[in-house]
Amino acid sequence: MAKLRNDYENSFFGRLDRWIRGGGSRLEQEMERDLTEPAPESPLLSSESIGEREDAMYARHAEAHAKEQAMFDRLHNWSRTRGRKLMNALYALLSVVICLSVILVLLETVSDLPHFGDEENPINNEVSERYIEKGLQETGAVNIVTGMILDYRAFDTLGESHVLFIAACSVLILLRVSQERQGGAASQEKLDAEANDRIYEPKNDIILQASARILVPLILLFGIYIILNGHLSPGGGFSGGAVMGAGLILYLNAFGFKKTERFFTYKTFKVISFCALAFYALSKSYSFFTGANHLESGIPLGTPGAILSSGLILPLNIAVGMVVCCTMYAFYTLFRKGDM
Amino acid sequence: MELWQNIPFFSILLSLASASFTSIMPARAARRTAIVVTSAVLCMSAALIGFTTAYGGSYTFMMGHFPAPWGNEIRAGVLEAVTAFAFSLIMLISLLGGLTKIEEHVEEGKQNLYFIMCELLLTALLAQVYTNDLFTAYVFVEIMTIAACSLITSRIKGRTLFAATRYMIMNLLGSGLFLLGLTLLYDLTGHLLMEDIREQVRMLAQTGLYHQPLTVVIALMCIGLAIKSALFPFHTWLPDAYGYSTPASSAMLSSLVSKGYIFLLIKIIYRVIGLDVIRDSGIDNVLLIFALVGIVMGSVSAIRERDIRRMVSYSSVAQIGYIFMGIGLGTEAGLVAALFHIIAHAAAKSMLFLSTSGLCEVSGERRLFRDLRGSAYRNPIAGIAFVVGAFSMVGIPFMGGFMSKLCFASAAMETGGARMLLVLLVLAISTALNTLYFLRTVITIYRPTIREYPEAASFRPHASFVVAMVAAIAVNVALGVCSQPVLNAIAAGLTCFG
Repeated sequence: MAKLRNDYENSFFGRLDRWIRGGGSRLEQEMERDLTEPAPESPLLSSESIGEREDAMYARHAEAHAKEQAMFDRLHNWSRTRGRKLMNALYALLSVVICLSVILVLLETVSDLPHFGDEENPINNEVSERYIEKGLQETGAVNIVTGMILDYRAFDTLGESHVLFIAACSVLILLRVSQERQGGAASQEKLDAEANDRIYEPKNDIILQASARILVPLILLFGIYIILNGHLSPGGGFSGGAVMGAGLILYLNAFGFKKTERFFTYKTFKVISFCALAFYALSKSYSFFTGANHLESGIPLGTPGAILSSGLILPLNIAVGMVVCCTMYAFYTLFRKGDM
Repeated sequence: MELWQNIPFFSILLSLASASFTSIMPARAARRTAIVVTSAVLCMSAALIGFTTAYGGSYTFMMGHFPAPWGNEIRAGVLEAVTAFAFSLIMLISLLGGLTKIEEHVEEGKQNLYFIMCELLLTALLAQVYTNDLFTAYVFVEIMTIAACSLITSRIKGRTLFAATRYMIMNLLGSGLFLLGLTLLYDLTGHLLMEDIREQVRMLAQTGLYHQPLTVVIALMCIGLAIKSALFPFHTWLPDAYGYSTPASSAMLSSLVSKGYIFLLIKIIYRVIGLDVIRDSGIDNVLLIFALVGIVMGSVSAIRERDIRRMVSYSSVAQIGYIFMGIGLGTEAGLVAALFHIIAHAAAKSMLFLSTSGLCEVSGERRLFRDLRGSAYRNPIAGIAFVVGAFSMVGIPFMGGFMSKLCFASAAMETGGARMLLVLLVLAISTALNTLYFLRTVITIYRPTIREYPEAASFRPHASFVVAMVAAIAVNVALGVCSQPVLNAIAAGLTCFG
């Protein structure tokens, strides 16, 4: 207590007293401190033993510093060498344990699920019954799956085609090289990307070209067939579009960008995906609106089995096919040289 | 069917269709389209709040010519309308406030792509709010994930690519777990429509059949969505993702994307599985514990930060913890508090990110605290907005955050027992911690400067920024002062939600 009384200025009551008198609180002082210049060094003590005391002080400081340094080194080295090793081992162990336990739990769960193919299963209910029994009659599509995804649950598929669109847009944001022109010439980034492409990609491979000449038309035709027959036989916009996209990529690999740029550029991509998606969104809006408000949509279903049947499904399949084909091709070219 | 009942459908399809139209527009037109579409959705949602309140209940809307279990269906009530209104309002504020920065950070040729992402993000949010079908929700979760990722990568600077990769990995893991849960649930119930699943789940719970798979389903869905919305142990992707992207992106990611997932989770817990089944499975306790730890750890990490944007990001971890705490209480009062905090936090956090960008702009784009001294004098409107946002986060009365803390506390009082003590204790601790780092920042930005900022002399905030900040301040104060109507609407909406 005696100590405290001697140091009244810095005791709690001293500070309180100062604060009440408006002398500035500790917080304010500390905030001001780093604004002002560091305080001037304290004047020398007028003692004879000043030299000795100074030496002793320096010695103490050096000792403390050495101690601290040693401790820091030990801890620091430990955390950098053994500590890190230990943490990594622990991390690996934990991740393996967690992974294995998740796998175990999931396997256990799967073994408790309803038996596959049992007729008493909960999934065999009125929903699938109506799809199978009335699907043809209500949607006009011989292929029930197409009828389901493009008519019964068309909203999901509308979202799904926008997933593809947004994926293509994301890749464009990430990988499309800058198109800014500097004084009439293409940007340096673009030139670099093209030079890279010329070095690393095959050029004029005769075997590839000869086989592509035969394969590409077949693949494209097959893709078109899958899309157009989507409502009649297995297939549809998604699978047909993927086949067509693969055909375009093969063509590009065999003959290079010069040939493909004649019919497929960034502009083509934009126009095709815009037309397909806008058509999809608008036509489905019409059909949702009429459906929800119990109006006649006036779209004929046609005779089941004919190529021009099942109402909107055929044009929607074409739109979806276009989007998928363009997205596939765009992914490939963007990852290859950052442009189409 | 009345014409106003088409509003949810109109707003979803309007923002969806505008995305494909934006893809062929130049940057200027794209910007205008995005703002006009968001404002239109905002007005329609406001009208829907009025109509549904008068209608008193919720209604379903057939998407197509086939009724519900066969075709798709959306559903709207007061709660959905309020949430859609809040989301579109925050979207508009974020877009307006970040407009000048988008022009600066995103390449001219890619700006229309940025606005496509915003429009599709809005679509996905609306679809998740309104949908009555679990699979539709999943499709739009995918759209939201991709849109959020490219909102981060639209500015390639520093750690954004790293952050986006991390974000993608964690979020795809979350999506994967959610899809797994969805598939198992479909196998157990044979339905995707929410009401029908609810009926089947109730039956399973009564008969005790498939007890273990059902618990795993609930766990998978909760953890999947918790990863995506950055609940505490899964939050490591968050600070980089929010801290380095363009301000509008940070505002949208923190206040819309994660909230969309949480809204979906609340929907699943309340409408699809049912609160009683959740309580029986014990998942709510797990969520509560994660949330409580997250609240404290998020604040502690925020205190340690020297970078203002990362500090605000870490405070999101704590605030997400609050929302999950409300869910973890497992009562309706807890859910009301969580839903109110979704709105209150979205309003405050988007404003904090935008005002932070305004403060950094007048400090030579430096973001450390020592460089931000006096920035509130150089950009007064951003300073005021930051103070209001910080007060709301801390929970000063007359701000949104105060009301939500009050709701959490009273919801905890209702449950009683050890939960109540834990929740109240953590609320007290976290309020103290919040005060520590937010008030430190507020004091810092009002302290006298120690260096010259030549670029700040001629600085005038852009009109759109000022408008956005004033609107955001008004929203925050309104949420605190007139919170009772909002709370009543949420409570009324929740009763006709299940």
